[in-house]
Formats: sequence, C-alpha cells, structure tokens
Amino acid sequence: MALKFPIFMDAQSTTPCDPRVVEAMLPYFTEKFGHPASRNHPFGWEAEAAVDVARGRLAKLIGARDPKELVFTSGGTEAINLALKGVAEMYREKGNHIVTTVIEQRAGIDVCKRLERQGFEVTYVPVQPDGLIDVDEIRKAITDKTILISVMFANNEIGTIQDMAAIGKLAKEKGIIFHTDATQALGKTPIDVEAMGIDLLSCTAHLVYGPKGVGALYVRRKGPRVRLAPLFDGGGHERGMRSGTLPVPLCVGFGRAAEIAQESMAAENARITKMRDRLQDMILSSVDEAFLNGRPDRRLAGNLNISFAYVEGESVLMGLNKETALSSGSACTSSTLEPSYVIAALGASAELAHSSIRFSLHRFNTDEEVEYVGQRTIEVIKRLRDMSPLYELAKEGVDLKTIKWKAE
Amino acid sequence: MAYSDKVVDHYNNPRNVGSFGKDTPGVGTGLVGAPECGDVMKLQIKVNLETGVIEDAKFKTFGCGSAIASSSLATEWLKGKTVDEAAKIKNTDIVNELKLPPVKIHCSVLAEDAIKAALADYKEKNASAATPVASK
Repeated sequence: MALKFPIFMDAQSTTPCDPRVVEAMLPYFTEKFGHPASRNHPFGWEAEAAVDVARGRLAKLIGARDPKELVFTSGGTEAINLALKGVAEMYREKGNHIVTTVIEQRAGIDVCKRLERQGFEVTYVPVQPDGLIDVDEIRKAITDKTILISVMFANNEIGTIQDMAAIGKLAKEKGIIFHTDATQALGKTPIDVEAMGIDLLSCTAHLVYGPKGVGALYVRRKGPRVRLAPLFDGGGHERGMRSGTLPVPLCVGFGRAAEIAQESMAAENARITKMRDRLQDMILSSVDEAFLNGRPDRRLAGNLNISFAYVEGESVLMGLNKETALSSGSACTSSTLEPSYVIAALGASAELAHSSIRFSLHRFNTDEEVEYVGQRTIEVIKRLRDMSPLYELAKEGVDLKTIKWKAE
Repeated sequence: MAYSDKVVDHYNNPRNVGSFGKDTPGVGTGLVGAPECGDVMKLQIKVNLETGVIEDAKFKTFGCGSAIASSSLATEWLKGKTVDEAAKIKNTDIVNELKLPPVKIHCSVLAEDAIKAALADYKEKNASAATPVASK
C-alpha cells in the first residue's frame, strides 16, 4: 500500500474521528436537533434518548453501575476542573488537603496550584524512575485533613499505567475520595470503576476517536455518594453538576466511540502493540544512547517515548515534520518554554527531557508507516548527531558533567 | 510554529558543519550554552595570522532548528571578515536575516555569544601575533 503523507503518530495529542462516529453524529445536527431538556415534545424526547444511550455506552466502558453517574462536560480539562474544584469546595469543612502526583497533566497540576493559592494544601507525590507512582508514598502523604487523592490513570507522555486498584483500595481504607484523570486511558486499557475503587473519573472523547469538544466526569452515587460543587450556575442540567445545553451530536459521537472502543480494544491493542514494539526495536537496535522512558510492561499500547542523547527534540521533529507528526518534551515545543516536567521527574537529566520524542500510534496506522517512520527517525538522529558538539565531546571521552557550562 | 524559508534552508543544508583542531595555529573556539537549557553551540574560526582575516569557520550545534540556523548563518558571515569586523556582528542582524520569532531570539543571542567566545579564544591564544596585524 502506498504511503500517504503526512503520517500521524501523535495520537496522544488527539485522534481522528472514526468515520463510524461521524456517521452516528450527523443526524443530530440536522433533523434530530432537539434539546434534551425539552420535556414536553418529541424533539426533546428524541434528543434525551440519544444522550442516554451515549451515557449508557460510556458507563459500560468504565464499569459504572448506573449511566446517571456520568456527567457530560466540554472535555477532559473541564472534567478535571469540576472534579478537583468541586470536591475542594464541597468538602472544605472536612479538610483542606489533597494528594496528587508530579506527573499529572497540566490541568491537574494547575487546578491544584490554584487551590493552593486559595488555602488548600497539596502534596505532589514523586514518581519512580520507571514512571510508576509508589502507593506507599501516597499512603505516607495522607493526613487527617486529606479529602481527595487524584492520580492519573495513564500518563500522556510516557504512557505508564498506574496501579489504580491499589490506590483505590487505599482510598477506601482511609475514607478518602479518589479521582483519576483517565483521558489517556479510556478505551485503551480496561477500566472498572467498581473493581478499582474509583470515585471520580475524567475522560474525553477526542483521544478515543470521538469528536473534540466533549468529555465526561464519572461521579460515584453509591459507596460513597460523591457530591460536587458545580463550576458554574445555570439550568441545573446533569444532576445540577454541570449546567448548560448538552451538545447532543458530540455526546452521541462520544457514546459511539466508547462502544467501538469496547468492542475492539483487545484486538486493537494487540495490533498496535505489535507495531509499537517493531518501531521500538528498529530504533533502539540502530541508535546508541537512546533511552526508553517509562516502564515497558505497564504502558499504553500505542505509546513509545525515547530520549535521544545529544540531540534536541525540536530539531528532530523539524527533520520529520513535513512527513510525520510526532511530539517532543523539548522546551522549544512547549507553550511554556520549559522541558518536559514528566521526563525530568523520572530523574533523567534536563538534557534528556529536551531530547525526548513521543511516538503515539493509533487505530489507523499501518505496518508500512511504522517502517517508514522508524527509518526516517534513525536517519535524522544520525544526521543531527553528526552536527552535535555534545556527541562529539562524548565520543572524545569527555564527561559532559565535568564541563562548566555557561547558561544564558 | 511555521519556520521561515531561510531557517528551513539552513537546517536542511547547514553550512560549515565540522571542527578544527583546537590547538591549530590561528584557530579560536567558542563553546556556549548548556545542555540542560536545550542548546549548546560550538563555533570555531580559523584566522590567517598574516592578514588577520577569518579564512574559515565551522560549527556544531545541539539545539532547535533556529539555533542550528543561527550558528550556520554565523559561520557564513564570519568567513572573509577581519577579527575586528567579526566582533561587530549583532544578534539582531541574525534575527532579521532569519526572520526569527520572539521566542527564538535567544538562539541568535547564543550565536553572538559563540562568535564573541571564539574571537576571545583566538585573541588569547594569539596575543602576540594578532594585535599588530589586526591594528594594521
């Protein structure tokens, strides 16, 4: 099969809508345009029924007992904001302490920073070099004021999947609410909120071949019943937790995406893992001093994150970006101009954070694309190393740590 | 971010990549930046000790495409200039030539630093030889 350019291997930033998802959504833009809160005519009933089907499919995918436990939001960021701020405000009387981790995505970190400014105390549990959070570190961080534990399910950069069941068990034992950011995990790895003791779960449609602009928050109703202060006031939709007219076509698309994910997860993960492993083997067998980030056996199927010593990430992407879409932990590719705090938190040097490249594969990638991207990556790394003063020094046997660098 | 055509050209066809022996007569070496900041430039000049003219220049850069382009451009500009003329190259000249966006200005600053460091190293190593020639 002929390759079609550019090749997309940045599926942890977003995914294309599955055509089956688009097909399911289309009628809800035009003839089935009703408002799901219109209780007194067929347009409203039709819309409400469609949203409930979507809610049910989503509930099934995460093992929720009751579809009513799912609240639609505008996406993962809003779900995380609603979970953390909603708990903080609702349970403030009970305590002011939150336990989270240093590897949460920006939304998680930034909400916690804001809560700190408002008088909450937040403990950011460190990560181990393999990308896993030590559950004992969470246990040690808990105080009698702790009202919430928030740990991401799977990491957006290194794909590491945390031990949800162990954290959930700890939370139950201590009577603390447990939130997880499952934006990267949904539809990619089995989720069971009951077995894993998850009380709140944030997710988004666009990372699972659904549309952009819709996400959801799972809010446990029983054992314990979790209550949340809403982010904004209005018509009291979504059980009073999220006012605003539901974007019915997007909800329908999210539901269809969840359904497809559930049906195809096992076979799809097997296929994607095989491609990912091939890409990994190709690169690591021909490039020296290339380091795999994150624990290999506890990773999302499509994730491959490698630090290439002595070359800077943006320059690697620049060598590939006409034909291949990847991402990097380099400062030059981030809006904050800081290198990846996730790679840095693994204990790697800042240089290796600047040098990290994330390949994230998806449903529509092919074996031919993997071969091409692997070969081109190897070529670009070799070319850049030939013009790297650090590689030259290292080859001369100079220990780069012994040089007194004059930072700007 | 979209890159200017000139940055892309220097990235794809970098001029004067390579190294001179550090102790070769007439060679000045500048090594600036830091790995943890994501950019390091090594820039070298080879000065004709008779005329004080930079006959050749080479670079190696660890950094983003704009850092590579800034140092590549710097080596082009250095060739044929006297040591004194070379000292007048400003980072803003590089910004204008490569149309660098504000977030990439530090790449041009680093290139100017690299030029200055290479010139200083040359002068230090050739204190006796260079001064009379350069003032001619």
